[in-house]
Amino acid sequence: MKYLMLVCLDPSFKPGPGELDDAPDVDEWVKEMDGRGIRLIGERTRPAADATTVRVRGGEVLLTDGPFAETKEQMVGFDVLDCADLDEAVQVASKHPMAWGGLIELRPFWEGDDE
Amino acid sequence: MTEQDVAGRVAAVYADGWSRIVATLIRLTGGDWDLAEECAQDAFAKALRLWPEKGVPDQPLAWLTTTARNRAIDVIRRASVEAGKLREVAEMEPVSPPPHDSDIPDERLELIFTCCHPALSVEAQVVLTLRSLAGMSTAEIAAAFLVPERTMGQRLFRAKQRIKNTGIPFRVPPAHLLPERLPTVLHVLYLLFNAGYGDPSRERVTEEAIRLARLLVALMPDEPEARGLLALILLHDARRAARTDPHGELVPLDEQDRSLWDAERIGEGEALLRQALRRRRAGPFQLQAAIAACHATAADPEDTDWLQIAGLYTELLRLVPTPVVALNRAVAIGMAEGPTAALTILDDLTAAGGLDAYYLLPAAHADMLRRAGRTGEAREAYARALELAPTEPERRYLRRRLEGCEG
Repeated sequence: MKYLMLVCLDPSFKPGPGELDDAPDVDEWVKEMDGRGIRLIGERTRPAADATTVRVRGGEVLLTDGPFAETKEQMVGFDVLDCADLDEAVQVASKHPMAWGGLIELRPFWEGDDE
Repeated sequence: MTEQDVAGRVAAVYADGWSRIVATLIRLTGGDWDLAEECAQDAFAKALRLWPEKGVPDQPLAWLTTTARNRAIDVIRRASVEAGKLREVAEMEPVSPPPHDSDIPDERLELIFTCCHPALSVEAQVVLTLRSLAGMSTAEIAAAFLVPERTMGQRLFRAKQRIKNTGIPFRVPPAHLLPERLPTVLHVLYLLFNAGYGDPSRERVTEEAIRLARLLVALMPDEPEARGLLALILLHDARRAARTDPHGELVPLDEQDRSLWDAERIGEGEALLRQALRRRRAGPFQLQAAIAACHATAADPEDTDWLQIAGLYTELLRLVPTPVVALNRAVAIGMAEGPTAALTILDDLTAAGGLDAYYLLPAAHADMLRRAGRTGEAREAYARALELAPTEPERRYLRRRLEGCEG
């Protein structure tokens, strides 16, 4: 199954001193997941301030500066994972350093011919 | 055989067979929980129709599983023909029942771990466990949780959809994941037990929790915490008859008629606990069972080994550092060493907050103040507890205690 992995900041989390010392290294994570054929693509994205939201209403293109939803948990990157199941995707996500300092959301792709 | 005899036999097979058939069918259909349940239900309905006339088959589980399986294959086949994908199901031929019930694979452990997957909400875990494992109908579960049947049906539907859509696997987690996954399963079974405990209309939920805990012990004999959970709920359940008086009033532990306690259940709980502790991997459920055993084996309240209980709570607090455990530990220390020691801890707990809305904190405070002879303060604490107590029987109990403090 394919999952969109949203990598986000979590401003509500204030790690204590040394709490993130054991957090994994992102380059090693990328190397391992690319090597296992799990990470299909992935990029860092610029902050919400640089986002542009696009709507077409009544045929007219409307632009807003900023993200569509003002949340504190800002997305700072994404990866696309190809995993056997959710357990594997969770395992992969929990090895990413941002799961330790921020948070990660896993969204399964809409697959097959359901609905 | 009369229809009644057959209905009895079908019910007997249903008790353990339902979850086995559903599990087998979930595997066969590649995770189509709805189809699995529908076909299992069909097979039992067919048994009720055919067995009175043709007799109960020698291997009823094998017969039912095969009937459900063939029906599932039929449904998948028809759907595939419509979708023009016949080749994919070419190898799914209908089969005859295997010669023995024991040839049917037992995938109930897979079912337990899938129902109790941490990516599901606790609510979803609970209702799925009752439906797929305990075999309770949607209507029965709805009645137990006081919601309309339609609402419960939607809850179950959403839970099953979530398993499918998010890719929750149907399997027993590998050994390295068990330490984080087993506690979720035990937690769900304990929630089920408590949901039904003390409420006659939900007795079935309690019974199913005990049955499933037994099943878990049978399927995971090397897990001391599973045994600890079963021991704990048996030791609690042994006191069921003494917990309420004939008027439905709650009877506190130290006032219960101990002759009403189920000695057989207590014996079984103790034996299970001993077996678990022998593995020297004490966890929260074993510790709680050990505490329950201290209470269950005291001939009268004065015989209770509070020192031992206080020690067990100290160990439990180390593993589960929550304010509720700290509160229980304070009470045990008060009983073992006198109210002064307890009051110091209770004052700290009150100051720390976190239990502000929990009526048992002022209630425990009140009890200790009363024991210390500080009647005026005890009355004030009972009054605070009364304001916070969630149910009428608890409020009545507190009022009685408050009256005992007058003059």
